[in-house]
Amino acid sequence: MTQLPQSTERKMGLVIDLDTCVGCHACVISCKGWNTENYGAPLSDQDAYGANPSGTFLNRVHSYEVTPAEGHAQLIHFPKSCLHCEDAPCVTVCPTGASYKRVEDGIVLVNESDCIGCGLCAWSCPYGARELDVAEGVMKKCTLCVDRIYNDNLPEVDRIPSCVRTCPAGARHFGDLGDPNSDVSKLVAEREGMDLMPEMGTKPVNKYLPPRPKDQIEDQIDILAPLLAPVAEEPKGFLGWLDKTLEKL
Amino acid sequence: MHPAPSVIIFTTCSGLGFGLLFFLGLGQPEVTGFVAFVFYLIAYALAVGGLLASTFHLGHPERAWKAFSQWRSSWLSREGICAVAALLVMGLYALGAVFAGSHWTVIGWIGALLSLATVFTTSMIYTQLKTIPRWNMNLTPAMFLSFSLAGGALLAGAEALAPWLLAIAGAVQLAYWAKGDGAFARSGTTLGTATGLGGRGAVRAFEPPHTGTNYLLREFVHVVGRKHAQKLRVISFGLAFVLPLLLILIPVSGVAIKHIFALLAVLSHLTGVVVSRWLFFAQAEHVVGLYYGKR
Repeated sequence: MTQLPQSTERKMGLVIDLDTCVGCHACVISCKGWNTENYGAPLSDQDAYGANPSGTFLNRVHSYEVTPAEGHAQLIHFPKSCLHCEDAPCVTVCPTGASYKRVEDGIVLVNESDCIGCGLCAWSCPYGARELDVAEGVMKKCTLCVDRIYNDNLPEVDRIPSCVRTCPAGARHFGDLGDPNSDVSKLVAEREGMDLMPEMGTKPVNKYLPPRPKDQIEDQIDILAPLLAPVAEEPKGFLGWLDKTLEKL
Repeated sequence: MHPAPSVIIFTTCSGLGFGLLFFLGLGQPEVTGFVAFVFYLIAYALAVGGLLASTFHLGHPERAWKAFSQWRSSWLSREGICAVAALLVMGLYALGAVFAGSHWTVIGWIGALLSLATVFTTSMIYTQLKTIPRWNMNLTPAMFLSFSLAGGALLAGAEALAPWLLAIAGAVQLAYWAKGDGAFARSGTTLGTATGLGGRGAVRAFEPPHTGTNYLLREFVHVVGRKHAQKLRVISFGLAFVLPLLLILIPVSGVAIKHIFALLAVLSHLTGVVVSRWLFFAQAEHVVGLYYGKR
């Protein structure tokens, strides 16, 4: 059913720390690895070893340069996957009921046996979170690793999304953003977590933590400057003669 | 947006076909027997042909019947239901006109209304998308409906109405282009709001996530061909509205010449609308392009 639930019991989602992300793309690879061989159709590649490789990914890392009015430019790595929006436009546009939002945890999923591959859900998503798999002809998207997080066959430490488990920098966090006392909700409150494209009215569950302000590099140089000042102001001896001779030329 | 031939053929042909069905349902022209058969053949060929073309871009066309289930929330589902209902009701009305030689007025009116509703629901599939500001305007349904009515009147040979409807459709087209050109800027979505980093300074896409292309770029970022947009607008406007108006307003004597001029007017209009629809897709910019530093 493609009508959105009035509310969900929990709001499971990700918190992504833009201050900590080092842009290593490990989350991209682990996501592809897990999701190509588990839930639903595999994530196919076309011309993988040829001149024009392309493929289906559920998570991609962009990099942006931010230049403030004063001070230095900053490079910010920016992982992007489905934000499991509360008011998900991709769900309501679906003509077959294949796209749905779960009442129990708020995860947005695609029932691949009902998907006709019309692509309208991808058109309605402002974040580019959905990609139509060329080989299977069905829509693929982040499942929040629904086949890991409730999987009793895995050790408890692994019952989190693959991208979160893999991140070597600890830039990705997983939890219930509907519970104000959860670790992720506290983190969002403390770091002023933000929504992407709030003007679209999608009410994303996933939050992004903005980069922390950087130290002023100029001040640090001032501390060391006296130690680095040249000791000999006027060259003497051979160097002094060379200097004077070259000046005359 | 990628201007897929399947959706351009679909919106152009089915718009024209349902436009003709609208006028036939209202008894304009009031035809029976073999002449009625030819009119309905043209209308159904356009409407059904267009709908079939739209299934070509589906990943799984064999499951298309499932699309009738979600009418509560989905405009695409509503369109499917309206289209089938319009074709069935007008089919019944056509049977009366072709074989019984009679016009069942109420059924015709219902069919006409459903035909127009089909065009409206098609337009709403595009209009509802906030992610494409150029489509997310009131003028989008106005354009689809006015085009369908103008084309339908032209095909139905409604001599009194056709010039007025063509003029209205032409005016809506100009307004749509004028307003659409500033739609993305007015939407307020920038790379700054997309990344949430806009408050910190000027944001620039530094590195894409991958060296190759992907589904998102193929589907949503269509830059090729936009440079000729202004020329294509002139061509489209001339063929869709100016030339057909001249062809039907020039006083000519003789039924044969009149019919040839009417046929030329229809063909010119059809070609112009195809160009306009190509622009409708090719010029539409999806906000996801911002993430890639492209529009």
